[in-house]
Amino acid sequence: MNLIGYRRDPDGTHPPLDSPNYGSTRLRHPGERLVLLPHGLSEITGPLLGPGRVTESDSDLTRGEPLGQRVIVHGRVLDGDGRAVPEALVEIWQANAAGRYRHTADRWPAPIDPGFDGVGRTLTDAAGRYRFLTIKPGAYPWRNHHNAWRPAHIHFSVFGRAFTQRLVTQMYFPDDPLLPHDPIFTSVPDERARGLMIARFDLAATEPNWALAFEFDIVLRGRDKTPEHR
Amino acid sequence: MSTPAQTVGPFLHIGLTWPDGEFVVPQGNPGAVWIRGALLDGTGQPVQDGLVETWQADPDGRFDHPEDPRGAATGFRGFGRSPTTVDGHFRVLTQVPGALPGAAPHINVSVFARGLLHRVVTRIYFPQFDNASDPVFASVPRERRHTLVAQSTEDGYHFDIRLQGKEETVFFDV
Repeated sequence: MNLIGYRRDPDGTHPPLDSPNYGSTRLRHPGERLVLLPHGLSEITGPLLGPGRVTESDSDLTRGEPLGQRVIVHGRVLDGDGRAVPEALVEIWQANAAGRYRHTADRWPAPIDPGFDGVGRTLTDAAGRYRFLTIKPGAYPWRNHHNAWRPAHIHFSVFGRAFTQRLVTQMYFPDDPLLPHDPIFTSVPDERARGLMIARFDLAATEPNWALAFEFDIVLRGRDKTPEHR
Repeated sequence: MSTPAQTVGPFLHIGLTWPDGEFVVPQGNPGAVWIRGALLDGTGQPVQDGLVETWQADPDGRFDHPEDPRGAATGFRGFGRSPTTVDGHFRVLTQVPGALPGAAPHINVSVFARGLLHRVVTRIYFPQFDNASDPVFASVPRERRHTLVAQSTEDGYHFDIRLQGKEETVFFDV
């Protein structure tokens, strides 16, 4: 069977699994070389799970009237050739405005906001567009190194149309002074690739007397031009 | 250029837990088997903040996806998702997939965790099939192949995932 696979990303696009500045990678990165997997049916297919799993209100994280700066986070899910990825499931989770997650393992002494659970999900439309209404998360300290603080970020999980396109990433905010000090953000070797994780302030989509807007496009892998030979 | 991957972080359960995540097929489904295992770090300690996702064909070897050239096997979800427990355990209830054209039955697995800046991908093969005839399985160095084969249990299969060290699981560059 001649199947068209997905292009492999150039070196430097993704963080190396062994990234010593991020201490948790130490005992969790594989030591052996990865084995090249030519793309077959199991890789060019993937779960298409959207409809029925998401309701309209799941994209509004402010239903409980949380404290903090209200923000619209929107953008498109595209493939590497600029084509929209429709009906893609996008899941997000984040800390509250004080930088605390609603999670039993998060114990730092910032207040829990009873009005905010920090979870959202949505499906992209026919043009690959998605939109969340949420609040801007706060920065928070972690124990990676002395005086370590994570920059404000929103976790994103995205399913494309294929197993090869599965992506989990984090969205950052522009002009955050913590970015150059964050070993997770800077684990991405390529400067241009790093920039793709930073949302753009979007005045045009900002709603007067309501919410600031940030635009964050997510680019998944594009298609090979010719079949992979197996 | 693709958007880079980042770790799911320690609080992934907030965003990625589904009530029906571990049920690729519903409970009571004829032929359903549990696949259980542990996600372990380089010292053999359980990874408590991880997520295991599975993707597979149905028992006839077909995918519910428009790119299956034999026609979509409609209605078979094929996808499982299990956050790890405090003991590092994960599990999915599924059916053993059928063979694909030129490939032994297998399940694709993505592993996410705090400390994994990018997912790692492995495959579950089954002990009762002729795996050596599978080109991907055969491309793995012989002495490491056994890390890809699940063991039979009373109600299904067992498959541990070792991220590092002795008996490290084979991971693929997908």
